[in-house]
Amino acid sequence: MPDATETIVGVFAHVDTTVRALEELRAKGYRDLTVYTPVPVHEIEEVLERDRPVSRVRLFTLIGGLTGIASAFLLTIWTSLIWGLVTGGKYLQFGPGGIVGSSLPPFVIIAFELMVLFGGIATVIGLVVLGRLPRFRPSATFDPRFTNDRFGIAIHCAPGRSGSVREILRTAGAEDVPA
Amino acid sequence: MSDGRATSPTFADVTRDVARTLEPPGNLYFSWMSVVALILTAGILAWAGQIWWGMGMAGKRVPQMWAMYITSFVFWIGIGHAGTLISAILYLFRARWRTSIYRAAEAMTIFAVMTAGLFPLIHAGRMWFAYYLLPYPNQRSLWPNFRSPLVWDVFAISTYLSISTVFFIVGLIPDIAALRDVSTGWRRRVYAMLALGWEGADSQWRHYRRAYGLLAALATPLVLSVHSVVSWDFAMALVPGWHSTLFAPFFVDGAIFSGFAMVLILVLPMRHFFRLHAYIQEKHLDAMGKLILVTGLVLTYFYLCEIFTSLYSGDDIEKASLFWKVTKTYAWALWLMYFCNCVSPLVLFWKKARTSPVVLYVVSILVLIGMWFERFNIIVPSLGHDFYPYTWGIYYPSPTDTMIVIGSFAWFFILFLGFIRVMPSLSVVEVKETLPPPMRDPTHAGRH
Repeated sequence: MPDATETIVGVFAHVDTTVRALEELRAKGYRDLTVYTPVPVHEIEEVLERDRPVSRVRLFTLIGGLTGIASAFLLTIWTSLIWGLVTGGKYLQFGPGGIVGSSLPPFVIIAFELMVLFGGIATVIGLVVLGRLPRFRPSATFDPRFTNDRFGIAIHCAPGRSGSVREILRTAGAEDVPA
Repeated sequence: MSDGRATSPTFADVTRDVARTLEPPGNLYFSWMSVVALILTAGILAWAGQIWWGMGMAGKRVPQMWAMYITSFVFWIGIGHAGTLISAILYLFRARWRTSIYRAAEAMTIFAVMTAGLFPLIHAGRMWFAYYLLPYPNQRSLWPNFRSPLVWDVFAISTYLSISTVFFIVGLIPDIAALRDVSTGWRRRVYAMLALGWEGADSQWRHYRRAYGLLAALATPLVLSVHSVVSWDFAMALVPGWHSTLFAPFFVDGAIFSGFAMVLILVLPMRHFFRLHAYIQEKHLDAMGKLILVTGLVLTYFYLCEIFTSLYSGDDIEKASLFWKVTKTYAWALWLMYFCNCVSPLVLFWKKARTSPVVLYVVSILVLIGMWFERFNIIVPSLGHDFYPYTWGIYYPSPTDTMIVIGSFAWFFILFLGFIRVMPSLSVVEVKETLPPPMRDPTHAGRH
């Protein structure tokens, strides 16, 4: 539905004017916003994160870390069982009544390392998946100034509302509202 | 611009100044590169000679089988500690002075671990069998011994290299996006590809910030674990001078100490030649000087503990080994180490010394010499004088292993010199974050 909504972009030079515009837009009921910032800004995040759940990246990390621990213990225990290497009197083998021997403590080191490795890689996968990366062409509302020193708000609104949105952006102190 | 305290740079200044470091380099840069490349070539030839004629070329004789290669391996792993310490631990502690040096330090970490990783391969002789180190399925069901510290090492170091690289790349993404938007031509196309289409939208930042914090939290215990695991290569053995529970904290502290010295050796010339005085200010040098001083003092304490535990052990072999180290063949190396690591950093008690690039540079070089010899003193004299006189032996360096060790420095510097000309060596985003955000109404200027 390409012409069901209109998109307006406001370019700001300052953090406080951006925050003012965001507050105003939210008060008027505009929720479909994208905010572009060159750096993460605390004041802007505070407005945006107010009614949003925490990023789900941490779920990826948790699953990755647990997978790491589990696979490390599986690898070390299973390989000890099938390749019965006895070193320093320590062993872990199949006995008559099940698995006998005790040499788990050194395997904790492997488990720790794989927890960090899998957890870290899963975190990056989470970042890529949730942040919808990579993007092969810039989105329509992006402006190269937004990675340098300008802040941007893109609003998707019903057609016919664009006039009032522009008005809000200008009053709040937008430097530029491209047509 | 040279004085950052008078007027703090704006966001646009940061982007411009970082983009400036990526302009085509001059003759000075290429002459450095040529010298380093020549040394590296000599090192590679020496390695080729060792592969062709055998390990005898490297002066390996029982009992001195570890000698310079494992010394340099531990040294380089140690260097690799400062980067992730700065980027993970100091990030969690919100130490804001880290921002202007952390990118260079992270790059240094990765290159140092890449250098360290060469040594077990060089030392193994037939390095085309290096994959034996990894647990891989094979038809004979042979698996590595997971109770061996050397296998822990494989896991610790490959995890450290992977996570440091991941951390580094994640930090680079928004910076490369900023460079993409101010550059033109082929550079723009390359940066556009590497930036993965980063736009700085709120939907990206919220995941990015969370992911970065989690990576820092994962990397923090990792930093402390890597050199602990390396230290267990020694501490798990019974050799006098090695078999001690002191080793893990002792190694980690030494690693941070030498890592910061290497950061200074790389950052001070970078600051000078790229004219980054507005970003890498005297207070940053001061903070690094303090860290070197503190870790140096802690190291001195560990040296004293090491001597004390030996003397107090009631073990004649242990005491004999200590006596031999302090007074005989390798005594010069031990006393050189004490001077470089315990005495030379003391000058940093003076603030003037901590803010003087020349003094910091000299101290850093001494610290690196001292820390290389610390690993030498742990490995060579301990192996040279263990339980039975018939296993004693002196190590003489050969031209081959000396050239390979020197070549490893060239390998490290060539990677770093290449890096600073193609990637932002100063973090665009993090430096901007520490600046006061632009406000129209100055009464709002206070952060948080």
